[in-house]
Amino acid sequence: MKIAFPATGTDLSCLLDGRFGRAPRFLVVDSETNSYQTIENDGNADASQGAGIQSAQAVIAAGATAVVSVHFGPKAFQVFEKAGIKTLQADIAPISDLMDKFRQGVLPRMQGPDKAGHAG
Amino acid sequence: MKIAVASGKGGTGKSTFSVALALANRDRARLVDCDVEEPNAHLFLRGGESTSTPVWASVPEVDASLCDACGKCTSFCQYNALALAGSAGLMVFPELCHDCGGCILVCPNKALSERKVLRGTIESRVIDGTLELVTGRLEVGSPSAPTVIRAAIENPPALRRRVTIFDAPPGTACSFASCVHQADHCVLVTDPTPFGLHDLDLAIEAIQGMSKPFSVVINRSNGDDDLASRHCRRRGIPVLMRIPERREIAECYSNGGSLLDADPSMGERLRALLDDLHFHVSGGPIL
Ligand code: SF4
Ligand code: SF4
Repeated sequence: MKIAFPATGTDLSCLLDGRFGRAPRFLVVDSETNSYQTIENDGNADASQGAGIQSAQAVIAAGATAVVSVHFGPKAFQVFEKAGIKTLQADIAPISDLMDKFRQGVLPRMQGPDKAGHAG
Repeated sequence: MKIAVASGKGGTGKSTFSVALALANRDRARLVDCDVEEPNAHLFLRGGESTSTPVWASVPEVDASLCDACGKCTSFCQYNALALAGSAGLMVFPELCHDCGGCILVCPNKALSERKVLRGTIESRVIDGTLELVTGRLEVGSPSAPTVIRAAIENPPALRRRVTIFDAPPGTACSFASCVHQADHCVLVTDPTPFGLHDLDLAIEAIQGMSKPFSVVINRSNGDDDLASRHCRRRGIPVLMRIPERREIAECYSNGGSLLDADPSMGERLRALLDDLHFHVSGGPIL
């Protein structure tokens, strides 16, 4: 099973990024092998609108079946719901620690988007 | 000539000024309320029969049986209004769609078609047979403020008038820009408080970015030595008018009256102001 994390760096020791759609990249980690793939989110980090939608699409295309983030905007959340991807909530921590928590099943399910969308 | 009356923030008296300017010049000016998210000029200008025109946009609709999730449309859309949600297929976010029609053209499977959605309405009235007011009103939650503003500005005039006054949306976001952009000159209304000046400077920056000529009206002014006057002098910004801070004016507003009711000399001054602006913009009098 593959889990996606918005990431500040490029390996598993780096911290979870506090943003979703505007994170610099995503790490998509295979829970069996602990191997991972990096998805750069560069075009999106400065999109004026809909960054979360495109990031969600990229994460889904990479085959993730769960995504861990501090926040989810309403549109990204909608895309994940529709695609049947699990949205899990976590505080900022090293991604390797969050993988452990994921395996222990202690990361809570996100009940709904917790961030207002960007307008203008 | 088109004049935009704008302000860096709400609550500076922008609408009361544009209403008074229109009332004093009703034989030669019309008023378009471009503050489409919260139009309010109609609260001061009642009467007249209204005609309303809907503003439509076309957004794509997907026929899931024809879509093979190729992703051509999603990578084409610059506004991130389309997304492929894995096994759930293509999702459309109409509130982000800017109605360019491109995705429908690029789809190799003809899976996308147009669907009409209401973006807003344009209401037009002639008050007492002389003053035309056009009000743009955005549908709640619609992203298309600029589209509705454009439709309000382009609404066919009911009366022949040489001057159009736009009551611009407050702030400096894209709806502000899309209104001011279409004017020949922008009048910025400010109040002489530190906050007011801060927002004035933001608005000036935005206007200079569009290379638009502008001038300032100071509302609730305490004379030509108040904070805003000194600020404008220092920066070499022309001040068109000062509206004094007076109790009668505030009382008059709260009773639904206009600046003209509070101070009858204002009518003359607002006519002179429009003459000056016209001279400045077109080099001649309003004929
Ligand atoms: S019409 Fe244009 S803006 Fe709207 S979804 Fe299609 S490509 Fe995007
Ligand atoms: S371009 Fe057409 S077929 Fe391809 S994903 Fe979009 S709607 Fe589906």
